[in-house]
Amino acid sequence: MNNKVLMQGNQAVAEAALVAGVKVVAGYPITPSTEVIEILSKKLPSVGGRFIQMEDEIASIGVIIGASAAGKKALTATSGPGFSLMQELLGYAAMVELPIVIYSAQRVGPSTGGATLPQQADIMQTKWGSHGESPRIVICPSTVEESYDLTITAFNLAEKYMVPVVILSDEILAHMRESITVPEKNSLKIINRRNDPPPQEEYLPYKVDHTGIPVLPPFGSGYRYNITGMIHGDNGIPNLAPATIDKCIRRINNKLDKYYDDIVMVEEIKREKSKIAVLAYGSTARPAKGAVKMAIEKEIDVEFIRPITMWPFPEKEVREVANRVGKILVPEMNLLGQVANLVRQVIEGKAEVVKFNKVSGEPITVEEILYQIEEINKKQRRER
Amino acid sequence: MSKLDKYLRLNQMPHFACPGCTHGVAWASMIRAIDKLGLDQNKTIMVCAIGCAGRLPVYLDFPSIRTPHGRALTVATGIKLANPKLKVIVFMGDGDAAAIGGNHLIHAARRNLDITAIIAINEIYGMTGGQYAPTTRKGKFASTAPFGMIEPAMDICKLVEAVGASFVARGDVYHVMELNNLISQAILHKGFSVVEILTTCPTQFGRRNKIKNSELIKDIGGITITKKQAEKLSENELQNKLIRGILVQKERPEYIEEYDKITNFQEEGSLK
Repeated sequence: MNNKVLMQGNQAVAEAALVAGVKVVAGYPITPSTEVIEILSKKLPSVGGRFIQMEDEIASIGVIIGASAAGKKALTATSGPGFSLMQELLGYAAMVELPIVIYSAQRVGPSTGGATLPQQADIMQTKWGSHGESPRIVICPSTVEESYDLTITAFNLAEKYMVPVVILSDEILAHMRESITVPEKNSLKIINRRNDPPPQEEYLPYKVDHTGIPVLPPFGSGYRYNITGMIHGDNGIPNLAPATIDKCIRRINNKLDKYYDDIVMVEEIKREKSKIAVLAYGSTARPAKGAVKMAIEKEIDVEFIRPITMWPFPEKEVREVANRVGKILVPEMNLLGQVANLVRQVIEGKAEVVKFNKVSGEPITVEEILYQIEEINKKQRRER
Repeated sequence: MSKLDKYLRLNQMPHFACPGCTHGVAWASMIRAIDKLGLDQNKTIMVCAIGCAGRLPVYLDFPSIRTPHGRALTVATGIKLANPKLKVIVFMGDGDAAAIGGNHLIHAARRNLDITAIIAINEIYGMTGGQYAPTTRKGKFASTAPFGMIEPAMDICKLVEAVGASFVARGDVYHVMELNNLISQAILHKGFSVVEILTTCPTQFGRRNKIKNSELIKDIGGITITKKQAEKLSENELQNKLIRGILVQKERPEYIEEYDKITNFQEEGSLK
């Protein structure tokens, strides 16, 4: 059955969250993500879920962490200013290993910036905005259909790896309407967190088995244990012995490493003789892909790579590209080239990184990227 | 072995509280109330945050969660929304509840979720070394009020009453038998209940204000008076006195009951 539906980006996130099994949603109104909480406030009760509008974004993420401790899938939706307020508890969720999903539609910053205009300048914040070092998974959709599909993926990854997951969208995608194919419910894989702890007498919340991922049975299900944001040992009790600190920080930060292939997603147009690669993400990937296709028609040796997962960063795939091409063009809607710098760091000089940055609150166009590709191509020919 | 030992994580003893700290009196009252009411230890959730009061769950054998500073009520709200059948008790200090978490306290009281918030007031930030709190009385000394406190102290009971809390009580660690009863009544109350407990901090507050702990406790015992005692006093005599006992007790629709009624809430898995 062809299940085509016209949907807005925010709406896709809300509808998919319901399918993924979200049961508690808390939020605070903020442009350009507000439709998510509006839709879910209406639809949640009919699937046995509850919505609450909190006094601020700090409280909103607090609520979903509490709901997660009680065993429910939980979501909040926000944008930059609200996401800034959530950093404290985002780090907490990562530290205590409670799965939550945060949807953030980026808008122009810094500060209040521009609520109705797009930017891609929160990439570093998603990973480094909270103090200390802690894990999270960050996913960047670039179409409305992907906003739907990746919301389900976000819940699955959060539950599987007991980690906060951020769906990092932007104003363009949040408000865009596209025709999407809604997957059949029985074709979807919905993952729920493990709940197979050993008996209470033997149970220690943060003593992990070969998976490296803790099992935290829902509060009220018969297990009594402590959850704390303080450095803790296997028993969940604060402990500042040097060996415990070292083990705690290493384990939470390294626990996703062996699951790289399951977590990291990229889209690529690979070509054998490429001399140039364009790396783009989010809504900027759309004109970038168009420009690459046009450049190929003009017989320029160019290829395309799109990190769908931003954290963990697709290092392997980007390095592989860097080993083949001379230059990597990274167009992004920020000034300092947050992802370009990341690419540069990852490829360690294997290729030259060319930044293209636009911060006027307007989308980057196909023509602008094509022009950049052509300029790089000309320069490469002269150099040859 | 006390019959209350089953509520303690005895392997975590000795506890960290300073000699003379009366937070323990407040904790003991809470445990006695839980025991008296026969609450299910597996379904009573302890939520705390940061500071001396926030360290509590480590020593209590319940499902327990310690949040960042001030956020206990937000996490408690999430637990309750996810599973309203759970008893949720939040134990906070004055800095936690009234300063950094003040906004959450206001809105939790306004919403009236069935949560019990116990707030231990010792007028000082003990854990960080004796800085003044929103509850420090005028003229008292703290490490950040070396010349004496100039801000007026905040009345948390009046605040939560003003925004609609349906149960508000004040107790103190001098009148312990009364305190046991106040906490029991608060837990039994359907809706958001607040119990403010005046406690003492000899290490940080007593030392800086040159008051012995025994005097601190007597002082608290003298500050609080019952409603009956208050009726006999003139307005002048009531200055610097605080009324203890149940201050507010009224029926108000509980948040989740209202939510489920108005939304025609369907149990999980049963679509409308």
